[in-house]
Amino acid sequence: MNQAFRIVDGGLVNRDKKLSFKFNGKSYFGYEGDTLASALLANGVHLVGRSFKYHRPRGFFGAGVDEPYAIVQLYRNGETEPNIKATEQELFEGLEAKSVNCWPSVNFDIGAINNFLKIFLPAGFYYKTFMWPKSFWYRIYEPFIRKAAGLGVASTKHDNERYEHKYEYCDLLIAGSGPSGLSSAYAAAKNGARVILAEDKPRFGGSLLTSDVNIGNQSGKDWAEGIIAELKTMPNVVVKNRSQIFGYYDHNMLVMSEKVSDHLPKTKKYHPNKRLWYIRAKEVLISSGSIERPIVFGNNDTPGVMLSSAAKEYLKVYGVLVGKKPLVFTNNDSGYETAIEFKKHGVDPIVLDSRKNPKSEIIDEAKNLGINIKNSYVVVAAQGYKKVKSADIASISDDKKQLGKIESINCDCICVSGFWTPTIHLASQSGNKTKFKEEIDAFVPGQSKQNEITLGAANGVFSLEETLKTSFAAGSKLSKKITKNDKDIAIPNVVEKKSSQHDKFWCVPLPKGKNYKRFLDFQNDVAVSDVEIALREGYRSIEHVKRYTTLGMATDQGKTSNLNGLQLVSEIENKVVPAVGHTTFRPPYTPVSIGAIVGREVGKHSKPTRKSPMHSWHEKNNAVFVDAGVWLRPRYYKMGNETLFEASKREAKNVRTNVGVCDVTTLGKIDVKGPDAAEFLNRVYTNAWLKLPVGKARYGVMLREDGIVMDDGTTTRISENHYHMTTTTAQAANVLSHLEYYLQLVWPDLNVNVVSTTEQWAGAAIAGPKSRDLLKKLFPNFDLSNDGLPFMGYMEADLFGVKARIFRISFSGELAYEVNVESDYGNFMWEKIMEGGEEFNIQPYGTEALSTLRIEMGHVAGSELDGRTIPYDNALEGLVSKKKDFIGKRSLQRSAFISEDRQRIVGVVPLDKKTSIPEGSHLVKDAKAPLPNPKLGHISASCWSVEYDNPFSLAILKNGKNMIGEKLFAMSPLKNKVIPVEIVSSHYVDPKGERVRS
Amino acid sequence: MLYINCPHCGMRSQNEFSYGGDASVKRPELNKEVSDQEWDDFVYNRKSLRGKHLELWQHISGCRQWIKVERDTSTHEIFRTFKADEEVA
Ligand SMILES: [Zn+2]
Repeated sequence: MNQAFRIVDGGLVNRDKKLSFKFNGKSYFGYEGDTLASALLANGVHLVGRSFKYHRPRGFFGAGVDEPYAIVQLYRNGETEPNIKATEQELFEGLEAKSVNCWPSVNFDIGAINNFLKIFLPAGFYYKTFMWPKSFWYRIYEPFIRKAAGLGVASTKHDNERYEHKYEYCDLLIAGSGPSGLSSAYAAAKNGARVILAEDKPRFGGSLLTSDVNIGNQSGKDWAEGIIAELKTMPNVVVKNRSQIFGYYDHNMLVMSEKVSDHLPKTKKYHPNKRLWYIRAKEVLISSGSIERPIVFGNNDTPGVMLSSAAKEYLKVYGVLVGKKPLVFTNNDSGYETAIEFKKHGVDPIVLDSRKNPKSEIIDEAKNLGINIKNSYVVVAAQGYKKVKSADIASISDDKKQLGKIESINCDCICVSGFWTPTIHLASQSGNKTKFKEEIDAFVPGQSKQNEITLGAANGVFSLEETLKTSFAAGSKLSKKITKNDKDIAIPNVVEKKSSQHDKFWCVPLPKGKNYKRFLDFQNDVAVSDVEIALREGYRSIEHVKRYTTLGMATDQGKTSNLNGLQLVSEIENKVVPAVGHTTFRPPYTPVSIGAIVGREVGKHSKPTRKSPMHSWHEKNNAVFVDAGVWLRPRYYKMGNETLFEASKREAKNVRTNVGVCDVTTLGKIDVKGPDAAEFLNRVYTNAWLKLPVGKARYGVMLREDGIVMDDGTTTRISENHYHMTTTTAQAANVLSHLEYYLQLVWPDLNVNVVSTTEQWAGAAIAGPKSRDLLKKLFPNFDLSNDGLPFMGYMEADLFGVKARIFRISFSGELAYEVNVESDYGNFMWEKIMEGGEEFNIQPYGTEALSTLRIEMGHVAGSELDGRTIPYDNALEGLVSKKKDFIGKRSLQRSAFISEDRQRIVGVVPLDKKTSIPEGSHLVKDAKAPLPNPKLGHISASCWSVEYDNPFSLAILKNGKNMIGEKLFAMSPLKNKVIPVEIVSSHYVDPKGERVRS
Repeated sequence: MLYINCPHCGMRSQNEFSYGGDASVKRPELNKEVSDQEWDDFVYNRKSLRGKHLELWQHISGCRQWIKVERDTSTHEIFRTFKADEEVA
């Protein structure tokens, strides 16, 4: 198909490079440098979608980020992405896109029936209608709405694209590369400031690309190109195109999304798709320009009705005519600029100007070119369904209330200009309270809130000369503040045509007997009548009107609709616009890909993965790993076709009968050093620490100030002023912070230092009746007898020349030792243990067997120390000193903590000795009691006892102390199980603790 | 994201810190008899101020020092920061 609407030459696209693309399955051609929108328009395609609510045909309204209509589903390199604006998506070879919001097709859309039933869809329709009958919601309303609405479909596949995050610091961050952004960037850069200049479009220059002005002795466009070229050579400047600053956060932190690859058919190897920049700027210059606003008239959503500035941009940047019989409808001089461009390219426009007798250089030029201008004329309604075919026009009275006789004129597009709205989003996000500027009928930023200044059109300044003057000055002034350089930068002369005052006219009245829909919000289908209903129904606050009607709540955040909405409310309420106020802008300014926000933190990369030095050994020996905090730990070592259950039983049994070895490197380790270390431990732990001799370990429990157990572990006195503390794997970081808190803030007088040594030591727990025999082989020159190294003893030894620490401590309840060597020797140690243990039938055991061993011993762990239990609940009250004070002690006096029927740990055995009890099951007295069945406790941990070969669980049970021998039921509605159980002691195996001392 | 001046390290982004609550809370001295009310005030009761607030932060991914930060809870403005042992005047 030929590009019937492409002019012969002109525009900035590369006509030497033809690109083919598909839209809704049909093939077209465009050029390199096109957007999907410009390429479709070049091919005469105006129908691109259906509206959100009424499913009315939708065309193109803008040419950039403000586009409310042309949202498509994009297909690129085997992936798909919804919510893409055709006006922003650059064309690439092989691009494919489809319309959204239409089912089954854009040309025949079932939802369009809503358009004819629109009586059912006024403001608040969803609130009013879909409320009843309630049962209809899931079956009828929701599926219908889901099918008929939405802005595309998210892919359910894994996104193979890569997204990066980047942190950056600069002196000046400049948002927008129009005349204001370029001037301030240039002045600041020349003075040595570190500058980042961000432009959301592919091309730098902003309005200079389309306006007919001269700067210095060149065109505005050439001047912009020269400045950008020079900035790019400067080492203190970063210029970024395709980069949208979308959020202004606290303390001058701004976030920018850079589209690195979206304009390419495929992301280059090692390149990201998008890059998110977190930029901390000393000063921020907001040069985000302005967006043209529409004038509201009947059927103003018909494809072919668009902003006059967009029509001009399609022509000047892309060489595309949006129509060949254009009608320009304006209330200011901007419409004439568009008309002049049409005329220059051999197309005869008609200009309707709502003003009676405006005079300016631009209007004179239009007249001299012979353009047909009708003053005091308005478009009453667009006619045509899928495309504008004609317009009903009429003269309008000076008070803008009376329409003259309706005339119909043929046209194929209507270019509207209702003057300009400064883009104040970033300023508003910074906390700036904006103010209404009467002369331009729009809000501009008020007093700066953070270090931000808004310049040029974004600040309501539409004169180029004024913009350049203030922007050069601002760039110089701010850079001087930072670099102290004060180089005078000459401001170039500006030649621009002076404009006349715009008409404060924004909405064409309805002619008698006509009921045209006049849209305010084009993306959410909010019409004048909807806002009228909301106000009639008593909504007053603009925030409420917004939410009730959904005005300005679509993905375009009302870029083209907010002010007209305010104008309407102000007229009906008879208030001035600033008294109506406007809603707060929040980030993001424009939709941002979830992928860009997530960055590289996907899947396994969402947190660091820590591996012990013995990890590769575990891998080689068929370990199945489990996440333990950020660590990967062997859960079990699979032999043949073993299941988890079989393997863990085998491993645990082997510990009880022979000897096993478990990688305990992940345990938190903290060195506590200093002359007051003993006193410090004495305050941190519930038990006494002052008399622990050198070479001895002790088990300790630490509480939070509220009396809840925080963590447990053993701490060993290595030397006089040196202790080696261990914590649970999960709590290691919290415990360190906790200790630092007390040392730095509460007891700074204590001379103690703490430092994490978790990664310095590799640890192996060697457990089982034959563990001493093995140790004797590993350390032949050391006295490892029960007297030489008794239970809770500590010894420094050497393992075939490697310095080792031996702790005689046990979590499994067997005779056991923990051997630590420096991390680099972890694998060496492990291999020596396996080698030496062979004759004792050693087997490695994972966390599952470890759990089994500790559960049947009644040793508590994370599932009991769950942030809700005190020492008594865990049968640890014996470790609570009555003599000394410690962290959290005072809380233990709370009445709930000392009540007679306080919860306490117990053992639980199923009566049938067969059925495993799911963890989390509730213990109840009567399985058949009516709901809610009073809960007496819960199962905290379950295992298969290898000692007795039947299931065994631990539970935290109300009045546990007096419940031993009781028969209860363990209920798990999740697993649909009711199991009769008996309550027993939590110390199921070796209750006297003889084995560890053997 | 806040930009916090660690008195030991300089200006650092908030994601290097963890929050530690009201810095004006004083732990009752060890071994001192305290009433339920005093203890509850220490453990649980906080003012949740709107406006200037002295609070604790730990520079957890930096020097690991606990610091005091004077911050406006409604505007996030940070006025001053102090070392743990510095007196706040
Ligand atoms: Zn620091």
